[in-house]
Amino acid sequence: MFYQLHGSGFNQPRTDLPYGKIGIVFLPIAAKEGIHMEMPAPSASVLSRKDQIVSRLKAVLPDAAVISDVMETRAYECDGLTAYRCPPMCAVLPANTQEVAAVLKICHELDVPVVPRGSGTSLAGGALPTADSVILGVARMNDVIETNYADRYIRVQTGRTNLSVTGAVETDGFFYAPDPSSQLACAIAGNIAMNSGGAHCLKYGVTTNNLLGVTMVTMDGQIIEIGGAHLDAGGLDLLGVICGSEGQLGVVTEATLRILHKPEGARPVLMGYDSSEVAGQVVTDIIKAGVLPVAIEFMDRPCIEATENFAKAGYPMCEALLIVEVEGSDAEIDAQLALIMEIARKHNPVELREAKDADEAGRIWLGRKSAFGAMGQINDYMCLDGTIPVSSLPYVLKRISEMSKEFGLDVGNVFHAGDGNMHPLILFDANKPGDLELCEEFGAEILKLCVEVGGCLTGEHGVGIEKRDLMNVQFDPADLEAQMAVKDVFDPKWLLNAAKVFPLDCSAPRRAA
Amino acid sequence: MTPKTEQELAEVIAGSNGPLRIVGGGTRPIGQSDGDALGTSQMRGITLHEPGALTLVAKAGTPVAEIEAALAKENQRLAFEPMDHRALLGTTGEPTIGGVVAANVSGPRRIAVGACRDFMLGVRFVDGSGNVIKNGGRVMKNVTGYDLVKLMTGSYGTLGVLTEVSLKVLPGVAQETTLALDGLDDATAVAAMSAALSSPYEVTGVAHDPVAGKTLFRLEGFADSVAYRAAELTRLLAKFGQLVELDRPRQWQAVRDVVAFAGQPGDVWRLSVKPSDAAALVAKMDAKAVLYDWGGGLVWALTDGGDLRARLGDFQGHATLIRGTGDFPVFQPEHAPLAAISAGLRAKFDPRNILNRGLMQ
Ligand SMILES: Cc1cc2nc3c(=O)[nH]c(=O)nc-3n(C[C@H](O)[C@H](O)[C@H](O)COP(=O)(O)OP(=O)(O)OC[C@H]3O[C@@H](n4cnc5c(N)ncnc54)[C@H](O)[C@@H]3O)c2cc1C
Repeated sequence: MFYQLHGSGFNQPRTDLPYGKIGIVFLPIAAKEGIHMEMPAPSASVLSRKDQIVSRLKAVLPDAAVISDVMETRAYECDGLTAYRCPPMCAVLPANTQEVAAVLKICHELDVPVVPRGSGTSLAGGALPTADSVILGVARMNDVIETNYADRYIRVQTGRTNLSVTGAVETDGFFYAPDPSSQLACAIAGNIAMNSGGAHCLKYGVTTNNLLGVTMVTMDGQIIEIGGAHLDAGGLDLLGVICGSEGQLGVVTEATLRILHKPEGARPVLMGYDSSEVAGQVVTDIIKAGVLPVAIEFMDRPCIEATENFAKAGYPMCEALLIVEVEGSDAEIDAQLALIMEIARKHNPVELREAKDADEAGRIWLGRKSAFGAMGQINDYMCLDGTIPVSSLPYVLKRISEMSKEFGLDVGNVFHAGDGNMHPLILFDANKPGDLELCEEFGAEILKLCVEVGGCLTGEHGVGIEKRDLMNVQFDPADLEAQMAVKDVFDPKWLLNAAKVFPLDCSAPRRAA
Repeated sequence: MTPKTEQELAEVIAGSNGPLRIVGGGTRPIGQSDGDALGTSQMRGITLHEPGALTLVAKAGTPVAEIEAALAKENQRLAFEPMDHRALLGTTGEPTIGGVVAANVSGPRRIAVGACRDFMLGVRFVDGSGNVIKNGGRVMKNVTGYDLVKLMTGSYGTLGVLTEVSLKVLPGVAQETTLALDGLDDATAVAAMSAALSSPYEVTGVAHDPVAGKTLFRLEGFADSVAYRAAELTRLLAKFGQLVELDRPRQWQAVRDVVAFAGQPGDVWRLSVKPSDAAALVAKMDAKAVLYDWGGGLVWALTDGGDLRARLGDFQGHATLIRGTGDFPVFQPEHAPLAAISAGLRAKFDPRNILNRGLMQ
């Protein structure tokens, strides 16, 4: 066995790797203020009652847990989508479910908007405050409540970071499967709200497939328990609709998560091809052959070049590079890779390299892990997150490169090829007037293309404010109406994170009510 | 009424005062609701199967058998292994994919790969007002808007009538091997099953049949891999006894369909519980027979009637009366705040309360 799992994927930052700067290296858009995003006008009534609201909150929380100083609230002015900023009216950091309930009761009574927040790594602006809102951060709630190996679950407070969930069980040989590349920083709270994925979800599924239960506080302050150590719902699958609801249905304070025993080992193989079409075909052929790798990652030439300059992983210069990783015992890995290599060879690779040892495996993943950082070295960039049917890969890549010429902005593609979740990186210059706007326009066109070929606007980052105004491209009014009806039931006053997900004109009648 | 298109269905619902009883293949009459039958069997056919993308889209009335046959041609399958209820419930007819989804029907492999709901990528449905609604899509990763796909899966037609579903499918396997332990008591069997599920050997079925005295473990995959894992599992479980290979045809189909209870008089309950609670709960059931699946997380109980929930008292999980009648709800009553949310959702999706009225309450 070459190396211990789970340290393989680019989505697998490990504490023993020089990988600690993730949140810094990966800033998706150069910090810049003043970009316009339409948000509802803050409520003058709420703003005028700030002192009263703060004193009510201080009555139920320790003083230090209520942040209302204008300078201090700036710490919460944005999430990972740093182009958009707006300090909240105040921020609260409760320590447990009861305190969350007390806060929400007050906000509900006083009609104050609330924006839940985990670690603030959302790339969609999901945790962006409005000026009249209370940021409800769960970061202080990071305890492990229960670990149960016989029944294979862990129960945690949701402020706990994704990686430290695995951290709590890995010495016993277990892990929590969903592995967003932000896992060092992002919280289970945000993972649940965004239904986050990772490089290994081809095999293990995304958050919703690994979530067994939650404790949630609804906007009126009611504490509800959904699911638990058992599987599936006895009635309507409320857990299923809460996961991925972007903080709009309630504040999730505790979660029961499925844990699994680590596989015995894993090994990647690297393949280079002269065309993206051929690489796309290889992906399809592997999937059709009946092997199910844990990860199939794809990079195109611009990304390969950038990462080579940056990380010197020894990648071949070619049009398309694939990293395919399989798991199991040594012999099982050998057998699976033999089959995969045979398929790869049929398509005339310019390079085919199986990791011979842990060192080589590390180098194969190195470039992929550094891709975002490398692109960030050469330029500002915007990271998209659409999903397409795998079969449309060659067509979509061709269209993106044509559009890149039309817009005059370069694009690098790096993504989870096995499940069609693309992350085109559009390069732009944040200091050049109009470039970000051009970039956003280009991004919107790419996402529309994803929908056009049968895919969707976002595969794992969520809608937030970023894709809010594109929702009409994917959904008809009746589709959005049905989704908003769900929010009506959970949050009739539309106080929770209400300016997100739905185009403002769609949600306006409800927000005004 | 058996409309032929989604549009026709929408018109029927919009024009009806109900109540309507939604019928797929009619093979899973779980719970009671009255009203005119509204069937989906005429809306059928696979609309898309992309083997290289592991996706399949089909109209709701498509027979499961048709889907399984199409998948088998490409060496693929519905990995969640949907149960066929016909033997257990004594029904005839053709199970439809819409029925599978509406009842979130899964089988033994659920413990390893997930339930029907985990394989659902998208839905189209008509709500109780006659609106045509879509959610999700046909790609494997999709977080665009709320996940109504999950909400619809397992909603038993009470929120809307499914017209089309898209599913993730998985490759078939080269080999399946079943290993068995003999003569374990229930609690020890659950411990053995837990040990197997907590190992890295990827068992895809773990069931315990106290009547036959057998605890079953299934391994699937390429032949060499199965052989390797069988040996490792045998070593791991040695403290529970000697694992022996069992060569009974259709072994897992029997577990999936609970055929042991077919034709036997009595009520049939299905319970989802915390696995390590299972044996103690069974001891309170006063059941004629039980079958453990999902490593103890799923318990099937055959009883002489009466309210099983009353005998169990408070427990983590839920119990559904799959066959039989009584003076108690078929579905597990929800705690008050959840019941209010569920009722609120029904009122939004079916404001006139005409779809499978009262079924899940
Ligand atoms: C470098 C980088 C890499 C990333 N890679 C991935 C990736 O591989 N895969 C992926 O899926 N995502 C990725 N992301 C996006 C992001 O990390 C995820 O969306 C993550 O789940 C957000 O978690 P968070 O705790 O930071 O949430 P936040 O950003 O704080 O909030 C996200 C959303 O959750 C809501 N929320 C927060 N807490 C609660 C709560 N307690 N109850 C209810 N709602 C709540 C917020 O209102 C908001 O809408 C990446 C981000 C960065 C910066």
